[in-house]
Amino acid sequence: MSQIWQHICSWFINFGEQLHFVFIEGDRYKQMIAGFCNTLKITAGALCIGIVIGVVVAAIRSSYDKNRESMKLRGGFFYRFLGFLNAICKLYLTVIRGTPVVVQLMISYFLIFVSAKDGVPVAIFAFGINSGAYVAEIFRGGIMAIDAGQFEAGRSLGFNYLQTMWHIIIPQMFKSVLPTLCNEFIALLKETSVAGYVGVIDLTKAGNVIAGRTYSYFIPLLTVAAVYLILVVILSWLVGKLERRLRKSER
Amino acid sequence: MNDKVLIQVQGLKKHYNGGEVKALDGVNCEVRQGEVLVIIGPSGSGKSTLLRSLNLLEIPTGGTIHFDGVDITDPKVNINLHRQKMGMVFQHFNLFPHMTVLKNMTIAPVKLLHKPQAEAEKKAMELLERVGLGDRAKAYPSQLSGGQKQRVAIVRALCMEPEVMLFDEPTSALDPEMVGEVLDVMKTLASEGMTMVVVTHEMGFAREVADRIIFMSEGVIVEEGTPEDIFEHPKEERTKAFLSCVL
Ligand SMILES: Nc1ncnc2c1ncn2[C@@H]1O[C@H](COP(=O)(O)OP(=O)(O)O)[C@@H](O)[C@H]1O
Ligand SMILES: [Mg+2]
Repeated sequence: MSQIWQHICSWFINFGEQLHFVFIEGDRYKQMIAGFCNTLKITAGALCIGIVIGVVVAAIRSSYDKNRESMKLRGGFFYRFLGFLNAICKLYLTVIRGTPVVVQLMISYFLIFVSAKDGVPVAIFAFGINSGAYVAEIFRGGIMAIDAGQFEAGRSLGFNYLQTMWHIIIPQMFKSVLPTLCNEFIALLKETSVAGYVGVIDLTKAGNVIAGRTYSYFIPLLTVAAVYLILVVILSWLVGKLERRLRKSER
Repeated sequence: MNDKVLIQVQGLKKHYNGGEVKALDGVNCEVRQGEVLVIIGPSGSGKSTLLRSLNLLEIPTGGTIHFDGVDITDPKVNINLHRQKMGMVFQHFNLFPHMTVLKNMTIAPVKLLHKPQAEAEKKAMELLERVGLGDRAKAYPSQLSGGQKQRVAIVRALCMEPEVMLFDEPTSALDPEMVGEVLDVMKTLASEGMTMVVVTHEMGFAREVADRIIFMSEGVIVEEGTPEDIFEHPKEERTKAFLSCVL
């Protein structure tokens, strides 16, 4: 009995020494923190870009779907222009959703922003363009789910299509898709772990670098996993709370 | 009521599926300033389509609509400006659920007519008081009863100071005990000289308030006349058949 106890104790002492060696010596914990910050920066930046792209693409796509019949009757330049924009949006969605995000990231870094020294803005760009496609489809679903009577009420007051979208439809849409949007944000957080491919030291890459320096994979990688896990659990918990709050305010 | 024609509808057609469904098949009518025009007819006869064509919520496939002398079916016309002068009230209220009653009423005058917020709120409060909802200004639509929602929907449209009000079965979605309060608001509005076009199944209202009644069936106007003409001396068989069902 006491022998087992001794084993456990020595394992912990050993583990403490390991931790000290891996993170404290050479101030390697600072690398982890810098990596963590980069991960958050890329995720948050990409989400902002994604939301802007998502709103625009979703507005164009749903305008086209909803007005196709009446626009055909009215005809004119605007209808053809909207058709053109819709086609571009469709192409964007197909390409972005049909290729891996790592490939998009590498194309951005090695082919588009060839002279970029810092990979972080490039990663924000690439993940932003990528998440825009997914966010757009979330928003479009949200817009299409809103009662047609809301559009009609807006239009009958004299708002044009864009004003109706902006003042009446989009605020309601945001509320209804907010939980889904947050889950997209959580998925994005994990997806940014491939940023190391373009030389960005994000959380994952930092763990990998430390593992290489210390010839110890166990502690750095499990630490990285634990940090992601804690972040995701906290965010999911917040989303759950938000969802309950939203459901309550509907009543 | 005077003789000025506010809305002139000529040969109005609305076909679906390349002419398979003829929701409207050549409708001619007019709305004169200050009159209450009530549209009745069996379900599916095209009443809503006609009403919704008047502000181009439905784009007709043929014919013209002149509003204030302008052909609003012309694609070059900015329909949004004309819609500002045509209030519309829907069967299902269509209040904006994410805004308070007051915001529902002020958003259009503030954003479209560029009224100062305070002025728009003052006007909205006056209207709310008049329909007995002065104390509900800060409520959200979900906190109102059906009758209250519809009264708010009416005054929301009135905030734009429209020249004509269009009603599409405004009491059909209401519990019976709330029908009266909405009809009362409409009666007051009519007595104040508002031009109104009303699609309704409330024959009592039609008889009492209408200046003129249009009876529609299968996408055409079958008969048109004063309440007395229609209810006491209907000429057409289809009108008689319909009235014998609903009276
Ligand atoms: N989008 C549509 N596609 C095909 N048919 C339609 C459409 N909308 C309305 N209709 C048809 O047009 C006719 C008139 O409809 P409506 O104006 O709503 O009648 P009412 O209001 O008198 O009940 C109905 O037969 C209906 O089925
Ligand atoms: Mg109808």
